[in-house]
Amino acid sequence: MRILLKLALRNLLGAGLRTWLNVAVLSFAFVAIIWTQGLYKGMSRQAIQALTDAEYGGGQYWHSEYDPFNPLTLEDAHGPVPGPLEKLIEERKATAILIVQGTLYPQGRFLSVMIRGIDPAQEVLLFPSKFLETGEDAEIPAIIGSRMARSSGLKVGDTVTLRWRDAQGAFDARNIRIIQVMSTTVQSIDQGQVWLSLDTLRSLAGMEREATLITLSKGTTFSEEIPGWSYQSLDILLKDIHDLVRTKTLGATILYVILILLAMLAIFDTQVLSIFWRRKEMGTLMAMGMTRLKIIQLFTLEGALHAVLAALVAAAYGIPLLTLSARTGWAMPQAVDSYGFAIGERIFPAYSAGLVIGTTVLVMLVTTVVSFLPTRKIARLKPTDALRGRMS
Amino acid sequence: MENSALIKTRDLVKIYPMGSHELVALNNVSLDFKKGEFAGLVGPSGSGKTTLLNIIGSLDSPTRGSAIVMDKKVEELSAKQSARLRNEHIGFIFQTFNLLPVYTVFENVEFPLLLLGLSAAERKRLVMEALEWVRLADRAKSKPAQLSGGQSQRVAIARAIVKKPAIILADEPTANLDAENSHNILQIMEELNRETGTTFIFATHDEKVISYLKRKITLVDGKVARDEVMTPERRPEAEAEAGGTR
Repeated sequence: MRILLKLALRNLLGAGLRTWLNVAVLSFAFVAIIWTQGLYKGMSRQAIQALTDAEYGGGQYWHSEYDPFNPLTLEDAHGPVPGPLEKLIEERKATAILIVQGTLYPQGRFLSVMIRGIDPAQEVLLFPSKFLETGEDAEIPAIIGSRMARSSGLKVGDTVTLRWRDAQGAFDARNIRIIQVMSTTVQSIDQGQVWLSLDTLRSLAGMEREATLITLSKGTTFSEEIPGWSYQSLDILLKDIHDLVRTKTLGATILYVILILLAMLAIFDTQVLSIFWRRKEMGTLMAMGMTRLKIIQLFTLEGALHAVLAALVAAAYGIPLLTLSARTGWAMPQAVDSYGFAIGERIFPAYSAGLVIGTTVLVMLVTTVVSFLPTRKIARLKPTDALRGRMS
Repeated sequence: MENSALIKTRDLVKIYPMGSHELVALNNVSLDFKKGEFAGLVGPSGSGKTTLLNIIGSLDSPTRGSAIVMDKKVEELSAKQSARLRNEHIGFIFQTFNLLPVYTVFENVEFPLLLLGLSAAERKRLVMEALEWVRLADRAKSKPAQLSGGQSQRVAIARAIVKKPAIILADEPTANLDAENSHNILQIMEELNRETGTTFIFATHDEKVISYLKRKITLVDGKVARDEVMTPERRPEAEAEAGGTR
């Protein structure tokens, strides 16, 4: 095998430009596949990290009436925090959130909002709730996100009227003061949301000790069944993200399959031409005592070595490029922010050893198969025909 | 003579199917070749010279009859055994040189030794020895494209002799060479035959080659028409040329 490898390498390097063109295309396929996959992996990782940090924690319990996609359910989607969850909240392993529908009146306009109550002392979510600890005066302290601030024209220190409907269905209104505008990549806790202290909201809405959902801290494995509440695991909560990434990955996969096919077509072509033009050489090799099997192995190895050379070339320019890309990230257009996908202003591609090794093995395997296919003709080649430059 | 024969063919028949009819390339050819012979198969095109050479070289198998080369029946050998026979005992020289274009002269000559699995040091020694024989040691690093026809054929000879085979089969070795180069390579082969005892069998209709032969086998329509021993008196051209060039 060492001899074949030596011969194959000699032949390959001896073929000059033809080899390097194939190697260039294949190395580009390597880098492009790893980069795009790394980009989607990074995107998915960033989104999941942001969502679990700021909203989902380690899973949630929802009031049985709560449906985040149907605001009409909110009227009934609240109830007393059940005992086992109350215990977790006391142990700081969970935090309660109450959601009430409301209307905001900034500068004479009105905006439908979700009023969310959160414990200012909570440590379950990475959320600047501690700002809500500010001593309450005539105006209720509130936090909004930067998107909400933009769409409502509000800023820190502004006072605005908030109207809500309490548990009995009665409308009431108070002025709130914006004490913090938070910057977050998670749109669902920002756009159309007004955050108050949990106790304040409970008191305003007449929903003492009640909550709409309970968020568990990361690492808390509690998932017992609680009547009137449904457990939402992280897998369920992140399903949309996973589906979205899968869809995007599928799109990218189609692109890189086309890329690989192009590279494979080039190698297949090279192999077919090589076998056609080098029939006499094959006859000479046979005359010198090489078996057909060894010639098939030699030609297959020559083809497969394209992938090895491509991997080396890809490593030479790909590693610096991919490292740079992972460090500086990929700037996202402003419009992406409104897609509801928590990825921030830049995506930082994430390349795992599995991705790099998997891609390398896959490309090498496909290259070897593609290189082997045309060589099957050699199995039927008679030495005398080959020496005459004919195909048997 | 029977016992010392390196190559024996008995009632050798080779038939090629040609659509609805058959072409008889060899018709009951029985020949013996001893160690150290410098023999040639001569005859017009289509007389069966190359076919016989191919069978002796185990590149092809007979339709009927038997060809025994180095005590091995060619018709009974598997592809792998045939390859081993060629690798260990037979060297080939072709009309078109058949050098591997991407290899250097050294690498071309080294190739059969790689297949034999010799060490790098041993390979280098044998290659340089073979190149010295053909007086091309100084072109070891050249590529075939940088060589003249005569030089290319000398590389092919070096490649054939490098593994010190018992038999060298040369198919029209001078057909692509001018007279001077033809005589040069024939002298090299004659010298090799004389000093190493290697058996040379040529397939040729080139008078220059014929003039060097010690045995001339004339094939006509696949049959042996004449089998003559060529004495120095019957080889005037070779002697005259040799006198002029040696």
